[in-house]
Amino acid sequence: MSATDPNESPAIELINVSRRFITPDGKSMTAIRDFNMSVARGEFVAVVGPTGCGKSTTLNLVTGLASPSSGEVRLFGGPVNGIDPRIGFAFQTDALFPWRSVIDNVVAGPLFRGKPREEAYAKAREWLARVHLTGHESKYPHQLSGGMRKRVSLAQTFINEPQILLMDEPFSALDVQTRVVMHDVLLDLWSEAKASVVFVTHDLEEAIALADKVYVLTSGPATVKSVYPVHLPRPRVVSEIRYQEDFIALSKTIWDDLRDEVTRGAARDEARAA
Amino acid sequence: MTDTAIASGAIFRAGTSDAEIEAAAAKASRHRKHMVLFWRWAILAAILGGWEIASRTAIIDEFFFSSPSAIYERLVEWITEGTSEGPLWFHLWVTMEESLIGFATGSIAGIVVGIALGRNRMLADIFSIYIKVINSIPRVVLAPIFIMIFGLGLASKVALSFVMVFFVVFANAFQGVREADRNLMANAQILGAKGWQLTRSVVIPSAMSWIFASLHVSFGFAIVGAIVGEFVGARYGVGLLINIAKGSFDAAGMYAAIVIIMVVALAAEYLMTWVENSLAAWRPAPLQDNQ
Repeated sequence: MSATDPNESPAIELINVSRRFITPDGKSMTAIRDFNMSVARGEFVAVVGPTGCGKSTTLNLVTGLASPSSGEVRLFGGPVNGIDPRIGFAFQTDALFPWRSVIDNVVAGPLFRGKPREEAYAKAREWLARVHLTGHESKYPHQLSGGMRKRVSLAQTFINEPQILLMDEPFSALDVQTRVVMHDVLLDLWSEAKASVVFVTHDLEEAIALADKVYVLTSGPATVKSVYPVHLPRPRVVSEIRYQEDFIALSKTIWDDLRDEVTRGAARDEARAA
Repeated sequence: MTDTAIASGAIFRAGTSDAEIEAAAAKASRHRKHMVLFWRWAILAAILGGWEIASRTAIIDEFFFSSPSAIYERLVEWITEGTSEGPLWFHLWVTMEESLIGFATGSIAGIVVGIALGRNRMLADIFSIYIKVINSIPRVVLAPIFIMIFGLGLASKVALSFVMVFFVVFANAFQGVREADRNLMANAQILGAKGWQLTRSVVIPSAMSWIFASLHVSFGFAIVGAIVGEFVGARYGVGLLINIAKGSFDAAGMYAAIVIIMVVALAAEYLMTWVENSLAAWRPAPLQDNQ
């Protein structure tokens, strides 16, 4: 353990992390290189970058589902050993269990972790009320709309009271109106839960509206290009914040930075496809 | 409901009420159901009638092809008076017992081994070659071997049923486990599922539709196993009835035995569908094209 007080160490630290894959034809491919990131406790960090640049890989390194080829990942000052129970993860695609009803989906986490059934179900009902799904407990995921399914997912994740919340483009499949509603639901839950969030997205406005800090990544292999603090006051109302002048100015600055990477990434993809 | 109406090509004038549209849709759906039933019976009647006429007018040789009326008479005789080998129900029960035991043991073993190998890549890589080798044996040639080893009684038929069922169920369970959604697995793991919890809550439910698909087919295979076994050597069973009918050139007897097996297999198929539907309440309702 380091000499610093573990209570003051950041929630997530990635120090000079690289991750290489072996492709099916046996070649080594670098997904992220010399990646440095630090997320303070209770901080909301958004990560933007061109498609396919290795954003999701970064999250997998933090969950413990993947381990770095070199460098170090630290959670609250300690090393990552397998899947950390303090982590919650929101997936891009639907990750609800289709054979379980809404309440059985939400209750999954506490039951896996050995909570008594009654306590777990009581807690699940509480969380479903918080995401405004009371009355839908016994429905199956396929009977719900996309936005409702996302709210079930959020309840399923938040019920475990994660100290670290990793989100991999969680709202990208939703329509624009539903997405804005979900942003407010998320900020609401987050302000109560005080978790540290890493929110990966390709939508720059979404990143600025939600986060305290925006990380811009280079096109693959991903490394941090620049970090922008977002000084917009909280609590924020996402549907209105996007019309504020500070928001628009910041969004222009970051986009100028991001655009080069997007163009470079697209050119590389075309070259690869040719 | 309106979808059905649109599908059936009805065009409504402006201002038609929902009730009218629904009534029209219900009527169209009833009509469709009647059409299906009518044609099903009509085709059956045509086949049986054609067969009967052809054999009475000697277009086909009744000695080889029998006739529906002769088969019916044989069935009635077997049901009311019993067969030359004793009561029909006893033979049917023996065959069912062999099939059911073979089906139950074969499918349980198939599911367990399929899930175990599906979850463990190393075991799968080691054993896959042996499973391929054994699977390449035509199952019926095992019948004489099993009868030699296990004797003329129940055990040899169950063994044959077992091998008929096992490989089908195993292959599907294995594939089903392999196809389990990576995202769902990752989600369950992050939510806290470990080892057996992960298998029970994600792997088995996702493999379930694959497994059920194989159970539908494999009950038929279980009956095939039992009957082939009886055919090769047995003291009781429907397979024995066929064998005896063959020995006495009794075509009607052979067809009658086939009819009995058909009825049993169909009933089992309906039962299986019912069980599957009641277990899979979570699935979206299939498109209503059966109306």
